[in-house]
Amino acid sequence: MAKRRSSSLGDKVAIDMTPMIDVVFQLMSFFMCTLKVVAPEGDFDIRMPLGAAAAAAPDDQQVPPVRVKLSAGADGSLAGIAMNGATVADFEELRKRVIGLVGTDTGPNSLAERTEVELDCDYSLKYVNVVRAITAVSGKVQDGQIVELIKKIKFTPPKRG
Amino acid sequence: MARKSGDGPSNTDIDMTPMIDMTFQLITFFMFVMNFSEAEQDDRIQLPLSQLAKPVEGAMESPITLQLTNRGSVIYAGEMVAVSDIGTYLEREKTVMLDAGKEPSAATVIVRADGRSKTGEVQEIIRKCQEKGFERFALRAQYDEGR
Repeated sequence: MAKRRSSSLGDKVAIDMTPMIDVVFQLMSFFMCTLKVVAPEGDFDIRMPLGAAAAAAPDDQQVPPVRVKLSAGADGSLAGIAMNGATVADFEELRKRVIGLVGTDTGPNSLAERTEVELDCDYSLKYVNVVRAITAVSGKVQDGQIVELIKKIKFTPPKRG
Repeated sequence: MARKSGDGPSNTDIDMTPMIDMTFQLITFFMFVMNFSEAEQDDRIQLPLSQLAKPVEGAMESPITLQLTNRGSVIYAGEMVAVSDIGTYLEREKTVMLDAGKEPSAATVIVRADGRSKTGEVQEIIRKCQEKGFERFALRAQYDEGR
């Protein structure tokens, strides 16, 4: 410090900006290199304890589960959808049928809240179809807002073969 | 150009202030968009798309991430494991939970399964988790903004 103050009083002291700029550029390069663009992800929550289906005591609030059967073709693609035994053309129709069954009221103790969907899928079915089915039964997007339908979802035990 | 008002050649001081301002703003931007979350993600998994898969808000309690590839193997803690062997690792998770004084039912198993994987394998993973006492599952999907 003392060395730098060699000039007479009142002189402008020039600050050497080079190290600061170096550090700043290094920081910027670090952040630019480590930046990872992550696609937004979300979850479908499922609560499925073992043996819950057998253990659950029937009560007045209980509504029979909606059975959705997804059949697979030879290559694992979706071959057919059935809801409570009736054939459904596509996931959009499945959604319409679910709305027809439970309505759009999703408040506390509503029919939609008490209803459960049981997914019965073929072993070789591609998982993407399951997510489509869950998307169809659990809600819809209306004017940018999510309208929730059935949130309780469970699977039947896996069947190999 | 109009600034060169002096006579003859003189030392022109470059004003560094705008550059430094801009650089600091860039740094701030990168710091904000940087993802510090410890979310386990793997490029080998192509998650199925869903409009309803809204990004998760807040941290989950005791998350366990299991990633299923389209070839039927599970990526657990960066390690490739066969679906049939996942029980051993889940037993370990269960022990850790019990040692921490928590029940396995309090943990959430995040299932990041590839869209091309077999549903039966996802179900097998879920069943193996259930056998160890885990009962909360989160099926992860990629948020579909397009449709």
